[in-house]
Amino acid sequence: MTRYIVRRLLQMVLTFFGATFVVYALMFANQDDPYQVLAGDRVVSDSQRAALNAQYHLDKGFFTQYWYYVKGLLTGDFGTSLTGRRIGDMLAEAWPITIKLTLLAIVISAVVAIAAGVFSAVRRGGIFDHVTLVLTLVVLAMPIVVLAPVAQLIFGVKLGWFPVTVTRDANLYQLLLPALVLGTLVVATELRVTRSSVAENLRADYVRTARAKGLSTRRVVGVHVLRNSLIPVITLIGVDLGVLMSGAIVTEGVFNIPGVGFNLFRGIRTEDGPVVVGFVSVLVIVFLVVNLIVDLLYAVLDPRIRYE
Amino acid sequence: MSDINAVTTAEAPGPAATRPADASSAKPRSLAGDAWRDLRRSKVFWIAAVLVAVILLMAVWPTLFTSADPANCQLANRHHPAGGGALFGYDFQGCNVYARTIYGARDSIFVAVVATLIAGVIGLTVGLVAGFYGRWADAVLSRFIDIVLGVPFLLAAIVLARRFTVHETDTGVLAVTLTLGLLGWTTAARVMRSAVITARNQDYVTAARMLGAGPGRLMFRHILPNAVGPFLVVLTLLLGINIAAEATLSYLGVGLQGDAISWGTSIAGNGPYVRVVAGPVVWPSIFLAVTVLAFIMLGDAVRDAFDPKRR
Repeated sequence: MTRYIVRRLLQMVLTFFGATFVVYALMFANQDDPYQVLAGDRVVSDSQRAALNAQYHLDKGFFTQYWYYVKGLLTGDFGTSLTGRRIGDMLAEAWPITIKLTLLAIVISAVVAIAAGVFSAVRRGGIFDHVTLVLTLVVLAMPIVVLAPVAQLIFGVKLGWFPVTVTRDANLYQLLLPALVLGTLVVATELRVTRSSVAENLRADYVRTARAKGLSTRRVVGVHVLRNSLIPVITLIGVDLGVLMSGAIVTEGVFNIPGVGFNLFRGIRTEDGPVVVGFVSVLVIVFLVVNLIVDLLYAVLDPRIRYE
Repeated sequence: MSDINAVTTAEAPGPAATRPADASSAKPRSLAGDAWRDLRRSKVFWIAAVLVAVILLMAVWPTLFTSADPANCQLANRHHPAGGGALFGYDFQGCNVYARTIYGARDSIFVAVVATLIAGVIGLTVGLVAGFYGRWADAVLSRFIDIVLGVPFLLAAIVLARRFTVHETDTGVLAVTLTLGLLGWTTAARVMRSAVITARNQDYVTAARMLGAGPGRLMFRHILPNAVGPFLVVLTLLLGINIAAEATLSYLGVGLQGDAISWGTSIAGNGPYVRVVAGPVVWPSIFLAVTVLAFIMLGDAVRDAFDPKRR
């Protein structure tokens, strides 16, 4: 286990440097003269240049600049946006609402997927099973750019069940529709995995033993089967975090939720390079750390899995 | 490792020259032949195939479906309801929504197909080399795949697509195609690698090796034909994913832009007016979703046909 953690950590460090290097190289390398771009047509004097160089290190070589960037990332200094706000502050303001939205989406999708998955596995080949299979196929085919505006139109504007946009101090009710939209991104795969996993476990010897002991179906399915079937589902939920993060960018843009994705969305729209790089870098780091935690959790949850 | 080209052309010496002729009349059905027999009986496959055929026809020959010019936009027609040649009405710039939806298939499909081909070539090469040579080549390439997979797709695509866009006036077709192609190959490579490893250890490959076949001949004549099935399924699914990804990137503002007509740009452009008139957003959305659905169904059907366990 220890060896696995160490190897996994080393791999993460490698991915971190690889990813940040690519992001940095693509965004900042080969710029002609950023100071001149900043100043427009005005002449930038040598003393101004020297002052800016002292602050931004743009006269140094590429790797030195990259080093400053990584140092900033690791010490929590993400730079400032083109509008002069500190990106660290923007992130601190945006995270809580994004975390709320994502958690809500995870809970909704997990509850729906597990309930429907177990039910369709128990009644395999029934009407409910067939309907959910078709429905998951349809949901899988709906990209978030289709789903989010259409859901906003139908449930927000036409039916008026939910607020159309979200305010800064969003409550759960306001976040419900965006979370539902976000949740549908992952609910289909989670449902299918639950279904096949439960269906497989229903045929296991221990289920026959439990039934032979005279246990009720409710107890066999609810306790014995479910506990063994949920391991792949939980891993999937962890892996899905990347999908949810990508989905959050579009969802927050559509519903005007002032979270991380919305800031990134606006950064792209207004061509605010530092904001895009800052947010992308932080999101990549979060993604890497979460994936590591999920992988380790996997081993804790299922004692049969032993990492060498 | 010897030069692959040199070895491919060199015939195996001695007994190999007497190997049985390729087309003997009583030859057993191949894996692909079996799969095709299954596919022909699958309803899902035929529905998907017809849908895909119609969409491809739309992309290649849009004038077959509409005689209206999608670029002919009159602001006077802004948000006009359906009528005349405009089945779906007019959008916020007074463009014919039906014509734009039909013509939108072209860029959407072009980007997705070329990006999938790029991803396929990279995935095939990486998977084949890693699976066939094993050892350090496998170790290095597998770690490389892990690293690429470790970066969230959309975030990487945003950065890449911004970088590839050369001019502001560019339509962005090339940038989006390259971005999707360079990021989408990982799953295909993994599937190819595991399929090659399975095929590599089969007896007939060992036999061919004994007969003196070189690595090039082994890879392309013996291993590849038996490992390519699952790989093709992944590519079919990737086509659907790429169509959706193009729309997402266009929606975010780093995809197609300017004069380009695609479902993604239509959804993005008309998004702010969805409360005034829904049609200009809803119709391209439906076409987009149906296309993605068709490719997913096609991939599902082909996978079922290639997987003996599901028969």
